[in-house]
Amino acid sequence: MTAKKRHLLDALPRSAVILLSSFVAVVLALLICGVILLVTGKDPIAAYRTILETGATGTKLLEMLKRSTPLILSACAVAIGFKMNLFNIGVEGQYLFAALIAAESATHISAPPVLHVLATLLIACAAGAFWASIAAFLKIIRGINEVISTIMLNFISLSVMQWLFDNYMRDDSDGGLRVTTTEIAPSGRIPDIAEGRLNGMWLIALFVVFCYWLLVFRSKFGFRLRSSGLNSTAAQTAGIAANRMIVVSMLLSGAVAGLVAMQSVLGEEYAYGPQATPTQFGFAGIAVALLGRNHPVGIVIAAMLFGFTDSTSAVLQLSGIPNSIVKVIQAVVVITVVIVNEATSRYMNHRTAEQTAAALRTETAIA
Amino acid sequence: MWQYLAMPEAAVELTNISKGFPGVVANRDISMRVEHGTIHAIVGENGAGKSTLMKTLYGLHQPDAGTIAVNGKVVTFKSPSDAIAAGIGMVHQHFMLADNLTVLENVILGAEPTKGGIIDSREAERRLNELAKSLGVELDVNLPVAELGVGQRQRVEILKVLYRGAKTLILDEPTAVLVPQEVEELFDNLRRLVAQGTTVLFISHKLNEVLAVSNRITVIRQGTTVGTVTPAEVTRRKLAEMMVGSDLPAPEPRTTHVTGEVRFEVKGLSVRHAGQRDSVRDVSFSIRSGEILGIAGVEGNGQFELCAALLGRQTSSGSVAIDGKDISHASVRQRMDAGLSYVPFDRQREGLMLSTSLWENNLLGQEAKFTKFGFIDVRGARKACRDVIKRFDVLTPNEDVPAFALSGGNQQKLVVGRTMSLQPSVLLAAHPTRGIDVGAQAAVWKEIRSARDGGMAVLLVSADLEELLGLSDRIIVMFEGAVVAELLPRDATPELLGSYMTGAKVNA
Amino acid sequence: MNLTGRTRLLVYAAVTFALMSVVRLWSGEESLTSSDTIGASLRLSIPILLAGLAGLWAERCGVVNIGIEGMMILGTWFGGWGAWQYGPWIGLLFAIIGGMIGGLIHAVATVRFNVDQIISGVVLNLLAFFGVRYLSDLVFVGQPGGGVSQSPPQTSVIPRFNIPILAGGEIFGWKSPNILLWFEDRGWFFVGDLAGVLYGLAHNLSWGTVIGVSFVPLSFWILWRTRVGLRLRSSGESPVAAETLGVNVIRLRYLGLLVSGGLAGYAGGILSIVASSYYRQGQTAGRGYIGLATMIFGNWRPLGVLGGASLFGYAEGVKLVASDAISTLFLFVALAAVLLVVLAVVNRKTTRGIITAFVAVIAAYAYLTIDDVPESLTQSLPYFATLVVLATASQRLRPPAMAGIPYRRGETH
Repeated sequence: MTAKKRHLLDALPRSAVILLSSFVAVVLALLICGVILLVTGKDPIAAYRTILETGATGTKLLEMLKRSTPLILSACAVAIGFKMNLFNIGVEGQYLFAALIAAESATHISAPPVLHVLATLLIACAAGAFWASIAAFLKIIRGINEVISTIMLNFISLSVMQWLFDNYMRDDSDGGLRVTTTEIAPSGRIPDIAEGRLNGMWLIALFVVFCYWLLVFRSKFGFRLRSSGLNSTAAQTAGIAANRMIVVSMLLSGAVAGLVAMQSVLGEEYAYGPQATPTQFGFAGIAVALLGRNHPVGIVIAAMLFGFTDSTSAVLQLSGIPNSIVKVIQAVVVITVVIVNEATSRYMNHRTAEQTAAALRTETAIA
Repeated sequence: MWQYLAMPEAAVELTNISKGFPGVVANRDISMRVEHGTIHAIVGENGAGKSTLMKTLYGLHQPDAGTIAVNGKVVTFKSPSDAIAAGIGMVHQHFMLADNLTVLENVILGAEPTKGGIIDSREAERRLNELAKSLGVELDVNLPVAELGVGQRQRVEILKVLYRGAKTLILDEPTAVLVPQEVEELFDNLRRLVAQGTTVLFISHKLNEVLAVSNRITVIRQGTTVGTVTPAEVTRRKLAEMMVGSDLPAPEPRTTHVTGEVRFEVKGLSVRHAGQRDSVRDVSFSIRSGEILGIAGVEGNGQFELCAALLGRQTSSGSVAIDGKDISHASVRQRMDAGLSYVPFDRQREGLMLSTSLWENNLLGQEAKFTKFGFIDVRGARKACRDVIKRFDVLTPNEDVPAFALSGGNQQKLVVGRTMSLQPSVLLAAHPTRGIDVGAQAAVWKEIRSARDGGMAVLLVSADLEELLGLSDRIIVMFEGAVVAELLPRDATPELLGSYMTGAKVNA
Repeated sequence: MNLTGRTRLLVYAAVTFALMSVVRLWSGEESLTSSDTIGASLRLSIPILLAGLAGLWAERCGVVNIGIEGMMILGTWFGGWGAWQYGPWIGLLFAIIGGMIGGLIHAVATVRFNVDQIISGVVLNLLAFFGVRYLSDLVFVGQPGGGVSQSPPQTSVIPRFNIPILAGGEIFGWKSPNILLWFEDRGWFFVGDLAGVLYGLAHNLSWGTVIGVSFVPLSFWILWRTRVGLRLRSSGESPVAAETLGVNVIRLRYLGLLVSGGLAGYAGGILSIVASSYYRQGQTAGRGYIGLATMIFGNWRPLGVLGGASLFGYAEGVKLVASDAISTLFLFVALAAVLLVVLAVVNRKTTRGIITAFVAVIAAYAYLTIDDVPESLTQSLPYFATLVVLATASQRLRPPAMAGIPYRRGETH
């Protein structure tokens, strides 16, 4: 870095540096993918233009919001773990397990419309939290690293679900043609805000993000959670029980994860099905949380960015560019973001230390 | 034994070595001469500058002034590898061993005998066994280091250094981790080595050991050499006095007399560790309201574990009570609610979240006090932090600065200020003024005194004898986990304290 | 009993074997030790074995590799493409190269830029999954038999062979006798089972499989017998100590990850070239994670990984060849537990005796009541077994001490 450039950067406020670094990371990723496109004989300019033009239409913007819903929830679940220095790779298993349990439970509940949905959502949270709690207890009782245990539990979740589904929860009313659970009654469904374009679950997701912000960034509990994540020894010395924080944060993370598939289950398919219910949101959530730096606003923006690019992929395919490039772009963005984040945080630490020292020097000079 | 008489050049000669770090002079004008084939001890209190000197000699940093000569030739060490090439090896206090690798692998790593890239383990084993024999130890060289005891690991470290051809061995506090029998074995090994012509530099603060094993003793105090003596010339008492110094301040006369109720009572407290010696052994004391009880002792004699146990972070046996209320089985939080508070030994590890703002750091431990309806009262918390910054003169532009940006002394002031603003009834203060400047030190002392006058009971752990003698109403001395003496500040002569702290004298 | 490690292993193997034989004769499930089952098990365990070795190489040099799955995906695609274009051998080479690209990305992110190793691995998995989809879109779409999720079929295969004398292989055109098959067909106690297993391992062997298995001794030899191996392991055990002794930790971590990627890539190549004759999306089916589980199960040692992979592969093999026979495995567990109870009683280990007795009763009950184990549940055996091992035997596990912790030169700790 040249001396002049460093000078310019130094003048920027912290938030601007962080914004700028995210922007640089995205541009870097677009450049890398542009090279990939170019090397594979496609026109990057045309591809990016198509993405921008088709994405900017009204219907596509609604689709973007809709696609962002599960990503927001999944990223929130991951971020709660990150804030406690826990890596919950198990969101995938937690949300799918919760989807099955909630979908099946919803068919056994008879209640007035809003209550029915609320009860189902609560069950989803409880199921997700239950599955996450296994990893939490394995960690505090047997000291098993949550990364390993949640990976293993993802697969165990899949097979337990398949067993439950095949034997107990599959809808066999029309001779086994439907590969889903029984359809949920209209009272248990979440209505659309914009017919067929945006489901009410989006509002619930925003509400969850708001609660995440309130709970983790503003509450006493959240302060204790973040303290434990930042320096577990200091937190324990200050009277914060480490094991309890591990269990509670895992339960919360799992509970939020439980909601990830609810847009599909309660708003689109009205059932759970191994083919019908979308997968992979657990991993996409990790990417979104990283891109959004675990910050509520960042998560929403990152989820919309992912939703935006996802919504353009069909059009991209039509114009002769493989739509999988969208996912490649997303993955490359995450890689460049984590690398740029590393560099940025090192730069910011250095800068803060120097600026503090400088501020003190002028202060003593005046005095 | 006195082969060096035949060799005019010293094995190592240091001339006028000085080394400073920002804010402190660690070594100044140190000169010493280490003869071939001797065990040369360097003694001094914690912080006297022994380790800095040895790091200079091992090339871990370069001196600001002065010269190092090895075998009569002046050398400059840019890195440890230069020192190794010159035949100087160091055994660190904290072992640098890979637990899951075998003894053999640990020793040969980086200098493996190979045939075409394949390790010639037969040759390696032969050489290693030869060295082990010369050291007088028996080791299964194919055992993983994880399965060895502490004493054996130390032997592996020594072998590692010898394997690389070291002729001069630096041992940094080698006996700190050993039990008495292991110490004897180590000394036997060292005597064997020296008889074969190796030179040993031995850093310690345990006077009886030093007197037992060395040929020469150099005493360091406050960064400079006090003198070099032979064991025959000195008594333990004389050595202790040289080490601690005789220019200790007279304790300030007390204005109040301690008459309050017993606030803090500890009975028969022990901390046990599976497979290691107990770090705290049957410690009992009580502190009255308005009393400061000082704990003297060389670091690592159980003070840390004692505080951890009192705070409830370390399982222990025995009983602890505040104001007559038993808290032996209470959690950290419950003990804090009962009025206990702690200034930690290690501010960065136990006290601060370095990447977070000062006001959030100040909030840690008192977040319940600044909560309204479950949410943090940010404004109140910030104000509380500004108060601490002002009262304890923390040098910082504002309370939003992350803690890592502050100097160590200012971090310490924040941690002390936070603890004091909790208005505890019992304060555990471990090195409360470590690393802070003289002016701020006086301010912290004033705060502790006035809180004491307000009825607080204080347990003060300190390595600074001036602080200890100046603040305490009573002093107990800890040695190897046990209380070995209790005395009043006015009776505490440096010589007496020194001999208690080094285990030369016991009077419990 | 004071037996040396090797003898004890042999004794255990023999006892296990005798038990299997008893179970076979008792239940009449001939397929438990049949050469068909063992052959299938071998084919199924090779990718897991290689994935486990990939994890081992990465963690031994100090980097946790959650990205094995992604590297395997790259291996399946590049292998499938290379084999379709240039034949199976070149295909395997491309599979290795594909995996190594993944390893290099992981190394640059974690070793060069100090990115969290878990994050890098997770992202690598995503990148590989979608990256090969993009490549398929470019290369396979429009080809006969090809599409966005699969490659056109390959036209030639890696040759297979039978071992001469033992399994009826040919020597210069002379068809040798098939001794093992003869013994297997007799079905005698112990001998018949042994012959079945050996015949399963000795006939219809692909050279790809043979090379795959050879990586076990090779890994052991390189990591534990050579200079570079010792230094690589020291980078994972104590990088600070290693660096002070002149070991270049950074370079060795790059090396470890490249080898790890290559092995994972080869595992992918086996799937798309040896186990089938075309690349298909989702071919890895989570085997990268089973590999990770196998590495833990095998205590970060090549032979342990081989053991874990054999066990998991066998479970899959039995399921594939003789799904009815699965429940007889409960009988095996019950009998083994009874033996352990006897041992515990002899050694006066009360707690262990009670626990194993409990296991024996449960297994016996399961054998008597369950005659069809749901396939969905048997799939999770490797993951479940790994959690059980972690929960019960973590004191005995010896993972590399510093795996997962970023190392920056010149910084202690």
